[in-house]
Amino acid sequence: MKMKSNIAVSDSGFIFNPDTGESFTVNPIGGLIINQLKEGRETQEISRLIRDKYNVQFATFEKDFDDFIGLLRNYSLIENG
Amino acid sequence: MADHKRKLTIAVSGLNAIDSPGPGVAVIRALREAESFDVRIIGLAYESLEPGIFMHDLVDRTYQIPYPSAGIDAVFERIDYIHSREKLDVIIPNFDAELYPFIRLEKRLKEMNIHMCLPTMEQFEERHKVNLNEFGTRYNLKVPKSTVVHELSSVYSLPSEFKYPVVVKGKYYDASICYNMEQIKTQFNKITAKWGLPIIIQEFVHGSEFNVTGLGDGKGNTISAIPMRKQYITEKGKAWGGISISDKRMLELTHSFISQTKWKGGFELELMKDKNGEFYLLEINPRMPAWIYLSVGVGQNIPEALVRLALGEDVKPFAEYRVGKMFVRFAWDMIVDMEEFQTISTMGEL
Amino acid sequence: MEKLRYERPLIKRLESEMPNKFGMKIDHFPKTHIDGVPVKQLIEDYGSPVFVLSEAGIRNTYKKAKKAFTTRYPKVQFAWSYKTNYLDSVCNIFHQEGSWAEVVSGFEYDKALKNGVNPKKIIFNGPDKTENDLTKAIINDSLIHIDHLDELYTIVELLETLNKRPRVAIRVNMDTGVYPMWDRFGFNYENGQAWDALNKIMASGKMDLVGLHCHIGTFMLSAKAYGVAARKLTDLALGIKRKFSHNIKYIDMGGGFASKNTLKGAYLPGYDTNPTFDDYAEEISSALLNAEYPPDSLPLLILETGRALIDEAGFLLGTVISNKRSATGKRTTIIDIGVNILFTSFWYDHKITPAQEFTQFTEETTLYGPLCMNIDVIRENATMPLLNKGDYFVIHNVGAYNMTQWMQFINLRPKVVLIDTNDKPHIIREGETMDTLNHLEITPEHLKKFEL
Repeated sequence: MKMKSNIAVSDSGFIFNPDTGESFTVNPIGGLIINQLKEGRETQEISRLIRDKYNVQFATFEKDFDDFIGLLRNYSLIENG
Repeated sequence: MADHKRKLTIAVSGLNAIDSPGPGVAVIRALREAESFDVRIIGLAYESLEPGIFMHDLVDRTYQIPYPSAGIDAVFERIDYIHSREKLDVIIPNFDAELYPFIRLEKRLKEMNIHMCLPTMEQFEERHKVNLNEFGTRYNLKVPKSTVVHELSSVYSLPSEFKYPVVVKGKYYDASICYNMEQIKTQFNKITAKWGLPIIIQEFVHGSEFNVTGLGDGKGNTISAIPMRKQYITEKGKAWGGISISDKRMLELTHSFISQTKWKGGFELELMKDKNGEFYLLEINPRMPAWIYLSVGVGQNIPEALVRLALGEDVKPFAEYRVGKMFVRFAWDMIVDMEEFQTISTMGEL
Repeated sequence: MEKLRYERPLIKRLESEMPNKFGMKIDHFPKTHIDGVPVKQLIEDYGSPVFVLSEAGIRNTYKKAKKAFTTRYPKVQFAWSYKTNYLDSVCNIFHQEGSWAEVVSGFEYDKALKNGVNPKKIIFNGPDKTENDLTKAIINDSLIHIDHLDELYTIVELLETLNKRPRVAIRVNMDTGVYPMWDRFGFNYENGQAWDALNKIMASGKMDLVGLHCHIGTFMLSAKAYGVAARKLTDLALGIKRKFSHNIKYIDMGGGFASKNTLKGAYLPGYDTNPTFDDYAEEISSALLNAEYPPDSLPLLILETGRALIDEAGFLLGTVISNKRSATGKRTTIIDIGVNILFTSFWYDHKITPAQEFTQFTEETTLYGPLCMNIDVIRENATMPLLNKGDYFVIHNVGAYNMTQWMQFINLRPKVVLIDTNDKPHIIREGETMDTLNHLEITPEHLKKFEL
């Protein structure tokens, strides 16, 4: 799973997809995950990082993470394959 | 004294200068040409693509504000914040749906030294589309037959004297002409989904459309009244071109409207002249129209006079206006950097 | 180091459009306490969901309403509408404040008696009063508001054996210019039914015609309609005065005042737009004061408003069960409160706020109740902060009707807690148990056993 390389999150949580012209906003956790994905981190690493920092159960985060990835895919922000 | 004009900070909403435009940008242009003051303009926007946000020669700074549906307190809180940054002298709200919260906030804002020139709640309510029949009777103005519908099933029992076509209108916005029951049903669903209940079904009057914009001082005096004939109407029913005219009856009708209701603030009367030359009052918009800049063109700067009324100054009625002045609207593509869009979208300020 | 509060990751596509009703609609503050008691504590102590009523809230609203009327009109009496919320503790708060009782069934009548209300201060309304009910009301000298001719004749018949002169009024329905017109209760004003009925009562010579009653609708967003109604009742009262030299002692304007809830389909929030007690009071009292009542026989003004007096004092506390995404990609959240205990969600967009801090990030969410029923939707489309599974939230303005119209369905009904004026919670209705329901059931012997 890899973020498209030309996707960047601004400090204010703004994302522009130059391929499609669409813009998005993310909350801080969403931004953090995108940046981690961009750096090539694996799912487990990201999960551990979030659970170290935030008060959340493994199961809850895993479900939210999958949902979030689904949206990124849906918005064509993740490389196919 | 003329060379050193005082400077006022004025917040203006309705920056959506799109194909069905809000009046904000036109109001700002008029204010920038005011003779009695200079302005710093604060734009109030709801969405991040309202064109006025990016017109930096007209609007000095824009803040996003919550929709009226978020409640009066939310609107107040945001205005309070903007005031703390900008020290507003005057606010000119330009959307119908905004007027309710701003009328309710008038006193609180005045205590903060923010002035407005708005109709009273009674004036605002009684001129409402929903009450137009009563309004016509009370002030002896001809209005088209209309009925207020609260549920789809009552559409079926429309009084038999209603003749097609009819105009189906939302409580705040939207209107469309329907030729049969099926179309009414479709429009009913479309409009209620967006603007809620009730809807208004009004008999369509055939004829030509005329408008008057004007300004009342709240004591029954007409400060300004400018009749206009629409020359070009868009698909959305908006004037794309119009010309100032001298029709005496329209002026009389306007004076009578103002003197009877003691209307305060800007307004627009939408009139239809039928084939017998009778004027029907279709709607009273409780604010300045998008074509308000024509008032500057004909020599009666209504936004300027409105600001002075808001500040409690004594404003003399305009004596005359130029007949035969036209406005022709045009669309204009601005080039905007994405950073600006990003800033207004995420920070709510630009 | 303590960990940060988790919020699920969120990404939203920016879609620019002109103002629509769904934009930026969010309540900015969490509701963490009710009258100083933490919501978290209430749920831990009494379970989730749980209804919470604020005694201070009830008393304050009552005082506000009373003041709105008594500052404008010299003779005012409130009567607590039992059907709105007939938990004994609630009724008794109103009785302590001076409210009479307004009941619409034999059950409610008995409840008022049991609460210790002086029967002369019970108003008996409604279309369904049995002979038994009427006999009891006549013997007790309660105020009987006659709804239809059959009831009138029943009373006349009963009086043949009862040596009593009952105090009666009639309920009048009328066109007040609002939609829908409630013409199913009482006698119509415009077509002369009401005048006929009044003449029949006067002619019978067996009853004391003491009042006139109307109840023009529910959740009335126009205060003006009450002015119209008061003038029409006045017209009848003055007619009786002229014809029979008889003074009508009271005008009962019923209820129907809107609370601060937002009706579905409304664009602006009800909190901003719905008329206040002052608005209603102004219309009603000016109609009565401007009428031609001789100053010494100004009628007593009775008000039976229920909803507007109790709605705001009621909260329903609940917990998030799960977050899901629908087939169309829409965010949905399942909560442990269903339409069976929150009946009013059928007509209001109830205000719902989290019970803990949240950020400004929101998602358009459909809130589903926990029932296995497709109709169990609490909010079709609410702009909600990002709630996690297990988070608590508060539904506001639920004090009216929910605790009387609720339905035991699929699950048991929850506790009702009242927080007193010293911020101390009391259970005023226990949560239901299996026994509550089972002790009503009788299983025939042959159905008691089976093998699987």
